[in-house]
Amino acid sequence: MYDVAVLGAGPAGMAAVAELAGQGGSNGARVLWLDENAAAGGQVYRGIAEPLKLLARSYRPARKLFEAARGTDAEYIPGATIWHLDPGATLGFSVSGVARMVEARRVIIATGALERPMPVPGWTLPGVMTVGAAQTMLKAQGLVPQGRVVLAGQGPLLWLYAAQAIAAGAPPALILETRPAGNMWRALPQLPGFLVSHYGWKGLALLRRLRAVPVKRAASLRIEQAGDELRVTWPRGEALADHVLLHQGVVPHVNLAQAAGCALEWREDQACFTPVTDAWGESSVPGIAVAGDGAGIAGAEAAECSGRIAALAALYALGRIDAAARDGRAVRWQKRRAAWGRGRAFLDALYLPSPAQRRAAPDAIACRCEEVTGQALIDAARAGATGPNQTKAFLRCGMGPCQGRQCALTLVETIAAARGVEPSKVAPLRARNPVKPVSLAEIAVMPVSEADEAAVLSRR
Amino acid sequence: MRDFDAAVIGGGVVGLSIARGLAGQGLRCAILDEGDIAARASRANFALVWVQSKGMGMAPYGHWTQRSAAAWAAFAEELRAETGIATGLRQNGGYALALSEQELDARRAAMMRLHNQPGWDAIPWEVQDHATIARAMPAIGRDVVGGVFCPLDGDVNSLRLFRALHASALARGATYLPDMPVQTIIPQPGGGFLIRCAGRDIAAARVVLAAGLGNARLAPMVGLAAPVRPQRGQILVTEKAAPFLHHATITVRQTDEGGVMIGDSKEEEPADTRTGPGIIAVMAQRAQRMFPVLGGLNVVRTWAGLRVMSPDGFPIYDQSVATPGAFVATCHSGVTLAAAHSELLAPMIAAGRLDPTLAPFSARRFDVPQAA
Amino acid sequence: MFRRLRESAPIAFTFEGEAVQGRAGDSVAAALLALGVRAPRDTAVSGAPRGPYCMMGVCFDCLVEIDGVANRQGCMVALTPGMVVRRQRGKRDV
Repeated sequence: MYDVAVLGAGPAGMAAVAELAGQGGSNGARVLWLDENAAAGGQVYRGIAEPLKLLARSYRPARKLFEAARGTDAEYIPGATIWHLDPGATLGFSVSGVARMVEARRVIIATGALERPMPVPGWTLPGVMTVGAAQTMLKAQGLVPQGRVVLAGQGPLLWLYAAQAIAAGAPPALILETRPAGNMWRALPQLPGFLVSHYGWKGLALLRRLRAVPVKRAASLRIEQAGDELRVTWPRGEALADHVLLHQGVVPHVNLAQAAGCALEWREDQACFTPVTDAWGESSVPGIAVAGDGAGIAGAEAAECSGRIAALAALYALGRIDAAARDGRAVRWQKRRAAWGRGRAFLDALYLPSPAQRRAAPDAIACRCEEVTGQALIDAARAGATGPNQTKAFLRCGMGPCQGRQCALTLVETIAAARGVEPSKVAPLRARNPVKPVSLAEIAVMPVSEADEAAVLSRR
Repeated sequence: MRDFDAAVIGGGVVGLSIARGLAGQGLRCAILDEGDIAARASRANFALVWVQSKGMGMAPYGHWTQRSAAAWAAFAEELRAETGIATGLRQNGGYALALSEQELDARRAAMMRLHNQPGWDAIPWEVQDHATIARAMPAIGRDVVGGVFCPLDGDVNSLRLFRALHASALARGATYLPDMPVQTIIPQPGGGFLIRCAGRDIAAARVVLAAGLGNARLAPMVGLAAPVRPQRGQILVTEKAAPFLHHATITVRQTDEGGVMIGDSKEEEPADTRTGPGIIAVMAQRAQRMFPVLGGLNVVRTWAGLRVMSPDGFPIYDQSVATPGAFVATCHSGVTLAAAHSELLAPMIAAGRLDPTLAPFSARRFDVPQAA
Repeated sequence: MFRRLRESAPIAFTFEGEAVQGRAGDSVAAALLALGVRAPRDTAVSGAPRGPYCMMGVCFDCLVEIDGVANRQGCMVALTPGMVVRRQRGKRDV
């Protein structure tokens, strides 16, 4: 039995582990720290152990955090695929094809974000990747795409990657910006907060470096195979490309929290489902907290703060610190989190894709695994399916190996529009254990009770 | 003016099968369903069209099952012709595999008891040894000592069946009304029913309760009884694999899309529809012993469904004496019985009267005091 | 194609029986992309060609067979010397 299990090693996970250990070493809590990746850092600080020269400066502040977390006596297991979490905090994970099932008194889910689906026609073609995927290859392997690279979409990550690619000597041939024209007006009231925030100067410095790349505006686009190349078409033009990189923001990666039974709510300003959490990160399931972008997109710096805050709440719940110590130590992180939050509202409003951009076009694939089109979803809604779960029964969408990670939001938005209701009125796609595929042989050797045996053998 | 000739409460496989049949009889039919999140056995079933073990303790249930299985091929073809959706029916015989001599003996004894019941119509079945089964199913493991084979057994693609029933009912003119959880049913003076839903009232000449576990609450409103309880069953399903299981077995089957389904547990007094890792592990162990190659396949989903169980486990079909025009249909084998519900039961409901052959299924059987 | 910003130790492996090279630090998916393999799998539903899309373990479009084990996420498996990598063609065999 562990005191705390921290799931994920991005900024929130690293911070939680560092805080659980306390200043200057251990505070006695037995901590299990699992991460799916081979090295800590998460997506945002991928490759932090040996960063590329062009990333070294931006990684510097996180470096201390990385070292603090790695220096604790937490039982750190990288390369761990977590496939089971239930409300009793029983946790199933596999490392190199060997599964284990453990229990923890408290769980801090820090599984971060994933890119919002961008279901344009042709997004499944080979050669089309997400901007995040290209950035992962840049950070982890030092690989940059060559030839004509078209970036299409919107959001801070798209611009950040473009600047990194320029710095790497591989500038994109074209950026197709899909940001809805009206977003600037909607975002304007948040501009003062942004300009004085930490994001403000970062953003302006970034945009200066991008002057050399042609930028065109496109509300929509489609991609087709054209011989060995890809043809990108938008209302006012077309371009041939060797690589197309898509991005329209990031959303919380909620599958694990959802499988554990944590309640989700629709967040209008970010157009996504988010686990319901209190100020300490505690979810609707007692003992399970969600920290970092997995609890709502707030960025890496805020994720560190919420990881610390969730860790302090866990220490308090375990009786390791008293309320005064918890509150006292939390103040600093709460303030910092609030400071980073100030610039966020502007970015959320500026880069929120339009409802049409969040739906699958009739001729676009919505569910990549089961190859279900937008039209099929519209037809199912017309036949009476009111949400993604009934639609799943009709069309198998969301039933493939990705388990809805690439389509859950698209299903909700497409069905909502077909029914003429707000997405908030549509239930989320259910996520169930195992949240990642795991071999039958691994499940078969998990511990069983006599009652478990009886429940199955009574069939005979 | 009534809105509909008949209102079927419940949009699962049972309700859709009956509604489709009623619409085929020319009735203006409404299907009142819940929303996206509901306890739906139809989305969680194991999709067998199964005969071999059905009817111990109630021979008429065995016969009803056999009639349905026999009608399934024509039923599937009709669904395909009406909707273009193939249900993937496969009735090439199925197995109940035994992992020990003890299990095999128990299985054999159960089949003998079933067939020795008074008034039983014989069905073909046989006990096969490991070598015989291995010829039909080369993937079986060494631990399989034998099994019962029945050539009438088979399976279907349950989700495509669900969609085909839905599409067929609509094509025949039925009206599907989702997000309509029924609050009360009020019999009207002079006949007919007012069905009070969350946002809207529906008036119908007849009402058919096909709401699964919901029938327990609804039946007394129209002078009927449906004392059903939930029993949890868990299923796990693997990633798609090239076809290798050429027959269905009672606990392991490969769908026509490639995934292998493994079920099913039987848990009384379930708290919810969550899955439990221990039970899933037992099912995985047994499946792997039956078919060792399954060990290498990835499990992509597990789920639990709530079976709709009556006190004796058999279906309830009843018509109300107090309020004529009200019917109830409830069972836990909605897939096997889909053909019977659509082609046999629905015409009876349309005619206003259940056939005497269904008399044994009346819930009045639960009123009989138990012999001391 | 992709260009490398830094060189690390070469790692020999085979893809579809052919001897090829990746680099230390590569995932299997990254190594294949660097070799110009854009679509290492085709889908189990329609047989359409697909290639790595997310590179972070959430899309399952980089599936390959590694050392005889089908349907592995190429982006989540570190390349090691001597690996035998094959395309994932549709539904896996058992």
